[in-house]
Amino acid sequence: MSDILAIAEHRQGELRDVSLELITAGVELAEETGGDLHVAVISGDVDTYAEQLNREGVDTIHTVAYGEEFNHDVYTQSVTQLVDSIGASYVLGPNSVNGLDYLPAVATRFDVPLVTDVVGLETNEETLTATREMYGGKVETTVDVEGTPAVVTIRGAEWPVAEGAGSADVEAFDAEIDEDAIGSSVNGFEEVAGGDVDISEADLLVSVGRGIDEEENLELIEELADALDATMSSSRPIVDAGWLPANRQVGQSGKVVTPDVYIAIGISGAVQHVAGMKGSDTIVAINTDPNAPIMDIADYAIHDDLFDVVPALIEQFS
Amino acid sequence: MKVLVPVKEVVTVDDAFEIDGTAIDERYLSADLNEWDDYAIEEAVQLQEDGVVDEVVTVTIGDEDTEQTIRQALAKGADRAIRVWDDALEDVDLLDVGAKVAILEAVVGAEEPDLVLTGVQSGDDSFGATGVALAEAVGTQWAAVVNQLELENGADVASVHRELEGGLEELTDIDLPAVLSIQTGINEPRYASLRGIRMAQRKELDHQTLADLGVEGDAVAGELELTSMYEPESESDTTVFEGSADDTAAQLAELLREKGVAQ
Repeated sequence: MSDILAIAEHRQGELRDVSLELITAGVELAEETGGDLHVAVISGDVDTYAEQLNREGVDTIHTVAYGEEFNHDVYTQSVTQLVDSIGASYVLGPNSVNGLDYLPAVATRFDVPLVTDVVGLETNEETLTATREMYGGKVETTVDVEGTPAVVTIRGAEWPVAEGAGSADVEAFDAEIDEDAIGSSVNGFEEVAGGDVDISEADLLVSVGRGIDEEENLELIEELADALDATMSSSRPIVDAGWLPANRQVGQSGKVVTPDVYIAIGISGAVQHVAGMKGSDTIVAINTDPNAPIMDIADYAIHDDLFDVVPALIEQFS
Repeated sequence: MKVLVPVKEVVTVDDAFEIDGTAIDERYLSADLNEWDDYAIEEAVQLQEDGVVDEVVTVTIGDEDTEQTIRQALAKGADRAIRVWDDALEDVDLLDVGAKVAILEAVVGAEEPDLVLTGVQSGDDSFGATGVALAEAVGTQWAAVVNQLELENGADVASVHRELEGGLEELTDIDLPAVLSIQTGINEPRYASLRGIRMAQRKELDHQTLADLGVEGDAVAGELELTSMYEPESESDTTVFEGSADDTAAQLAELLREKGVAQ
């Protein structure tokens, strides 16, 4: 009868999708353990969030009305106290930038196991088995987790969002926040990736990745974009290298795009990149590696050298 | 001010590979400096060049073979290196976050750095959690996924940008000492110069065992057990264009015209 505590995530007044995905993962786990599913929401307009989180299968929603935006010290303290109060065996949170800014601290504080970026979960009474990828998605592994409470972060968009109205009890949790222990303060937010081009508006994106090797080779992709009257975008390494501005970056930390056709050229398809383009109507991948993760979501593929295929493609349109 | 940079040697996997039990067959692996750590080293070295930091020390958990990777970090400008290895680590399949933290905690205790700069994650097992877990273990502040760092000489606060999802950055002040996990793109990691490579050969690279650090053997056994490894099933029904580059380009051109996105 192991109970589960799932921690919701919100930002700038909006509950993030992963919160409802966490509920789905939590409901599945609770069915296996026969325990209760508790959901916690910390900071901000917790009452509104609690209504949105009240989905089928949730037993209790705990609200911590302290502060507005995410602060890792407040989250760490609140979650630690909630776990103690509920006696939760499993703590589920998002494998997001903020999730990874407090859940490792929670696990360390309890000296309990932590398993991150999980894409599948099952349990019997003894052991939690988590599925996760290694080597940039080239392999999947299963990992047995001994000891409770265990802290688990789940990858976004792996579980569907929870549907169906729930009948959870909503309880205000009076967390004792030690303000002297708060050593970080959030002063604001900044939008990046502005500028002249909005890649999310394009019908045809020609997107370039690490396979391009050298900055001067980008000319080839520019030429292709011109020939096709397409917009050029890229994966993260190209922006990290300073070869293209941040407003061209597709992915989790860049833009989410949904063009009619997305041509991925020399892009391996790391999960962070795929999160930004998997909603494209048609995905074409040009890559020498037939096992690259991008091939799992490509509708059409060319397993060949981009330096041979791209010039030939330009030729087709000139 | 002293900076400690945990540096990991990661393995990269060939395009085609075979799995042997719960590991990839060694024939298909090559060793490399973890990409994220490269940015952490660069950030530390730049702080030193700006006169904010006096000493940059790296720490690596790894056997003797990792010394080549450690020398890369030294060649890029780190002052000295610590390598932790022990027979007790030979048989550990998966060094989980708790085990890594137990070792790094002891190193932080001995070195007392003002700042620890880790990479956001490692390219192989990608837990993305060591930095924050370490901060909690040693009782300092932290920030995860930092893509901009401002640190004044002698300051007790670091101003950072944290890279959130969707092109948003969080502007945060962090009390020092602190552990910051460094994101790619924060700087442009340098290539080691020939002079740097030569100097690296003479820099101190100190090997420590768990006993040297006062870490109990069972602290590194870990709470996670790797039970299987397999290639993920592909769910795709990809149409593969076959033939020469001219053939495949022609097929793709036809598709693009069919979809009405190109003339």
